[in-house]
Amino acid sequence: MRVVVGEGSCGIAAGALAVHRALEENGCEVGITGCIGMCYLEPIVDLYGDDGALAARLVKVGEADAPRIAQAAKSGDVTGLGDLLITGEDRSFLEKQTRIALRNCGIIDPESIESYRSAGGYEAISKILREGMTGEDVIGEIRTSGLAGRGGAGFPTWFKWNAARNSKGGEKFLVCNADEGDPGAFMDRAVIESDPHSLIEGMLIAAYAIGAEKAFVYVRAEYPLAIVRLEKAIAQAEKANLLGADILGSGFSCSLRIKAGAGAFVCGEETALIESLEGNRGMPRLKPPFPAEKGFDGKPSNINNVETFANVAWIIRNGGAAFAAMGTETSKGTKVFALTGKIRRGGLVEIPMGLTLRDVIFDIGGGIRDGKKFKAVQMGGPSGGCIPESLLDTLIDYKALGATGAIMGSGGMVVMDESTCMVNMARFFLDFTAKESCGKCVHCRIGTKRLHETLVRITEGKGREGDVELLEELCRGIKDGALCGLGQTAPNPVLTTIRYFRDEYDAHIRAKRCPAGECAALRTYSIDSGKCVGCTACAKKCPAGAIAGDLKKPHVIDESKCVKCGECVKACRFGAVSVK
Amino acid sequence: MCKNCSKSDLALLDPVLEEFAGDNHALVAILQRAQEIYGHLPCDVIYRIAEKRGLSPAKVMGVATFYSQFRLKPVGKNLILLCKGTACHVNGADSIAKALKDELGISDGETTADGLFTLNEVACLGCCSLSPVMMINETTYGSLTPEKAKEIVRSIKAEGERQ
Ligand SMILES: Cc1cc2nc3c(=O)[nH]c(=O)nc-3n(C[C@H](O)[C@H](O)[C@H](O)COP(=O)(O)O)c2cc1C
Ligand code: FES
Repeated sequence: MRVVVGEGSCGIAAGALAVHRALEENGCEVGITGCIGMCYLEPIVDLYGDDGALAARLVKVGEADAPRIAQAAKSGDVTGLGDLLITGEDRSFLEKQTRIALRNCGIIDPESIESYRSAGGYEAISKILREGMTGEDVIGEIRTSGLAGRGGAGFPTWFKWNAARNSKGGEKFLVCNADEGDPGAFMDRAVIESDPHSLIEGMLIAAYAIGAEKAFVYVRAEYPLAIVRLEKAIAQAEKANLLGADILGSGFSCSLRIKAGAGAFVCGEETALIESLEGNRGMPRLKPPFPAEKGFDGKPSNINNVETFANVAWIIRNGGAAFAAMGTETSKGTKVFALTGKIRRGGLVEIPMGLTLRDVIFDIGGGIRDGKKFKAVQMGGPSGGCIPESLLDTLIDYKALGATGAIMGSGGMVVMDESTCMVNMARFFLDFTAKESCGKCVHCRIGTKRLHETLVRITEGKGREGDVELLEELCRGIKDGALCGLGQTAPNPVLTTIRYFRDEYDAHIRAKRCPAGECAALRTYSIDSGKCVGCTACAKKCPAGAIAGDLKKPHVIDESKCVKCGECVKACRFGAVSVK
Repeated sequence: MCKNCSKSDLALLDPVLEEFAGDNHALVAILQRAQEIYGHLPCDVIYRIAEKRGLSPAKVMGVATFYSQFRLKPVGKNLILLCKGTACHVNGADSIAKALKDELGISDGETTADGLFTLNEVACLGCCSLSPVMMINETTYGSLTPEKAKEIVRSIKAEGERQ
């Protein structure tokens, strides 16, 4: 049997390389693949039968399992691997998905162009060039598909391509936005690491459609493996005459280069990204002019997200109508989500638009871990919002999600349970946006700072009556006044938590209480005199000298001195210190 | 020039400056390569780049300080990138941060006195499903607990002492 180890970043972090080595030491020939998306089961080893079909998927594999896996691969008998075999329930995680952008992820070898080709790769661009489809034909097909930008804003892809195609100004550029700045999202990383050629093919088709001969991929610096795999893929494509001059003898030429980002969230915004590509500080420009008129180097440019491009070759091969057959009236095709947080089965999920949030979180993701209760799901990262339980039946659809105050976003879906404080969540995001604000416009630079300060105050128990109204007023000002999408959407996490979790704000401000028990400053510690044996362990540990009591007598905590560090809880061997 | 900086071997920079000589969009890329060579961006290097590119040192400094990847001070032997992204936040990144700060006695952005560790908090390493996560040099460590994080740091330290 053929042995394949899943070696995306998550797999590697979970120990896939050690498993790979151990298998080789046991005489296996080991192949690699990217991320199958079942991150919670990594490291994963797949055994393929001689007929090429997947015979067994082994999960949470350790180095120690290598000998018997090697044995089974040789003999073809997997009965001894029962404990490692994926369960039916876990298999359903994949079976419930519809994979287009992720079609090859975790299946093909990301470092081999032949592997991509054997899955139908590069057939779409060959078809376009062979059949002499025009740029308009391609754009027409994308229009039929209803594909909208997967980077967050959901703008119709065909429209942008058309604008760039019709733009006068000689040289044109195509840019792929692989900055993936939304913390908690890793769809684009997975696509590049697992199927880099599908990005290249999608970009080639776009470049052909708009008439660009130079293309860039702007990858964030935190993704070293993605950069390495993309570099390899580009070299392979160049060798196969799929990149460079006169591609496949068609007269169409296109070069592709990688530009590594240098760490700045705002550079995901398209005009800031262009500034960064030009070697400048990544500060957004005022729009219009849009990049389609004046982009990189002042020339017409088109920018799309990784996932947007990853859908393109599929659409050309299967027809726009097949893509449009999935989804809702306003949102077509599929969408990839990175399901994380307090979820039982976290990973990558691609589903047709029009399912509900509940389908994704409970049916596919298996609901909340550790028997706790669902509280909210955060979508769209720092530009998005928190959606409460009462809205779990909301459809995955640009319009429906927008109506909740959150957004579809790029695909981050962070699930929270009852132990997450929603005020602190808002504080967390504003800490992020205040730090990442580039400082060009006052509303964003100062507004996010004031929002953050106010939220810090509330989480520290220093909230005042009227703070919520103050937050709302600030939010309105920032939304109206900010120059770019970063500032315009920065208030969303605050506004949605106020809208759906106002009672938590009130509890912090009025009762000086954090209902989730997360805000350290609002916790109170006390010692149960029935359980305390007077061992003095806690008093010795207390950095503030807030605990007093005689040896072998129950101790007490002086609340006025307590700094809420929690050391006493850790020190107590009798479970006598309680936190509220 | 600042008197705190030791002298860098500027000749190492020449091939990079030459490679990008015809590309007037390359400042970020040049700074990245310079940082690979020197480990950080000493100010004589910044001046050199400015001079060779026909830019003011302020412009180069402006770009260098805009991006979080660039460092104006040397880093420790081991660079810890601790994720404070959303998924890691929800799964207890703050307690990992506290554990590392306790263990190393440094805050975000600082380097230990022995030059072994630098701690940088970052937003999302893209391994959210294994959160909380940190990356030391090129290795990612997932599913951390405060204890586990401390142990990882201790074992790197012990290894360093053995060498
Ligand atoms: C602050 C900010 C950050 C953004 N970050 C990203 C990002 O990381 N990746 C991305 O594809 N789009 C990001 N966008 C959206 C881009 O500006 C742009 O709309 C998108 O790349 C266009 O591609 P699409 O039409 O294929 O979605 C961001 C926007 C803003 C305002
Ligand atoms: S949020 Fe920590 S790795 Fe993504």
